[in-house]
Amino acid sequence: MTYEHALEVSQLRVVRQHNEILKSINFTIGPGELVGLLGPSGSGKSTLMRALLGVQAIASGSATVLGERVGAPALRRQVGYMAQSSAIYLDLTVRENLGYFAGVLGVAPSRVDDCLEVVNLHPLSSRLVASLSGGERSRVSLAVALLGEPPLLILDEPTVGLDPVLRRDLWGTFADLVAAGSTVVVSSHVMDEAARCARLLLLREGRLLFDDTPAALLTRTAAPAYDEAFVRLIEEAP
Amino acid sequence: MSLRRTWLTAARIMRQLRHDPRTVGLLLVVPSALVGLLAWSLVNRPGSFDVIGPRLLGVFPLTVMFLVTSVTTLRERTNGTLERLLTMPLGKAELILGYAGAFGVIALVQSALVSSLSYTWYGLAHQGIPWRTSAVALCAGLLGTAFGLALSALAKSEFQAVQFMPAFILPQLLLCGLLVPLAQLPTALRSVADVLPMTAAVHAITPMQPGSYYLEQFAIMVAYILGALVVGSTTLRRRTK
Repeated sequence: MTYEHALEVSQLRVVRQHNEILKSINFTIGPGELVGLLGPSGSGKSTLMRALLGVQAIASGSATVLGERVGAPALRRQVGYMAQSSAIYLDLTVRENLGYFAGVLGVAPSRVDDCLEVVNLHPLSSRLVASLSGGERSRVSLAVALLGEPPLLILDEPTVGLDPVLRRDLWGTFADLVAAGSTVVVSSHVMDEAARCARLLLLREGRLLFDDTPAALLTRTAAPAYDEAFVRLIEEAP
Repeated sequence: MSLRRTWLTAARIMRQLRHDPRTVGLLLVVPSALVGLLAWSLVNRPGSFDVIGPRLLGVFPLTVMFLVTSVTTLRERTNGTLERLLTMPLGKAELILGYAGAFGVIALVQSALVSSLSYTWYGLAHQGIPWRTSAVALCAGLLGTAFGLALSALAKSEFQAVQFMPAFILPQLLLCGLLVPLAQLPTALRSVADVLPMTAAVHAITPMQPGSYYLEQFAIMVAYILGALVVGSTTLRRRTK
């Protein structure tokens, strides 16, 4: 690793159809962090993630990912992405989906089984994705993001619609990945998930409201729970 | 450009089709059945099928492949898999050629089926060389695929993609010389009709022409196929505004 920060975002602005979606965002994320990107839906979380992947054009400012300019071809093997839509083929089986993406990434076929194991999908591997539930589909999507053993994972609401046990397991998986040296950015609109992260970025209406640990959020707002903390944060904002 | 990733993409699309036998059935059966219906409807007019049949051989594969390719690619654009692929080391040309390859195989099987049925069961008289008929059917299928790939970029939904079919196919059908001989068209329309891909497909079937004439028609079709594939690959954007 030749970079100091996994992500370095400076005065990042995104404008879409004359709407300023992101308004001068600044933050850095060091390698090996588990960061929660939280905020209500429509706050710009997905746009920020897509900008960091290089699929969303940036109006001004800069973003550096793993030491490379955002969108650099070298990053295409190094950033694992899970979009909000499951982005897998409904008319292929789970295994066929993973097999194809593994081929595109050029990773060993054995990674397919490894990743199925991680998201606990082995029993469903020969089922057509169309026959899976929403939660199962998002696990397939997560498995695809893990295929390339990327040093940076950008996961857009990976736990939406999952049952509490599965959600806990997934957060366990994210913690394992971080322990193994990856940087993981996870978005969620469920404030309670804040407790699972080592660091929080709170986004509202395209602005970064807060950037610190979950404990610091509770201390600063003197709130009993994360939902309430977020409300207080909004009220004190100019 | 990686041949391996192109091949993997084509194989993936074939696998998707394998899980959808009804679509494959329709792709293979419909053009053959339509030509059969035409042959049957002309059974009391001896010789008519020999004139009209070959000319329509190109029309059906073009229509069917256009529709199926534009809807499939649109699905790739809207379900998020295209965005995911473009964040991975997959070249645009690899994706486009993967599609062209997979649907090219379908077009090949489809054209072989249509032309062999025409020459046997439907009783089409051999005019010129049967391989030329098959080559026209294949080119027509590839034309449909290439244009389907390119035009799917303009559609926001599958509903719109289906609407492109009459907008793209019917004008060509009106101007390709089947309904009105090209020589009788108004000059302005004639100059457009002369360079339409479907006109080239119909011309390439016309019997008893010099070799250079056929060469020209095939060159027109191949140019359209390549041009549409290039346009199709430029509609794939790694970065959206």
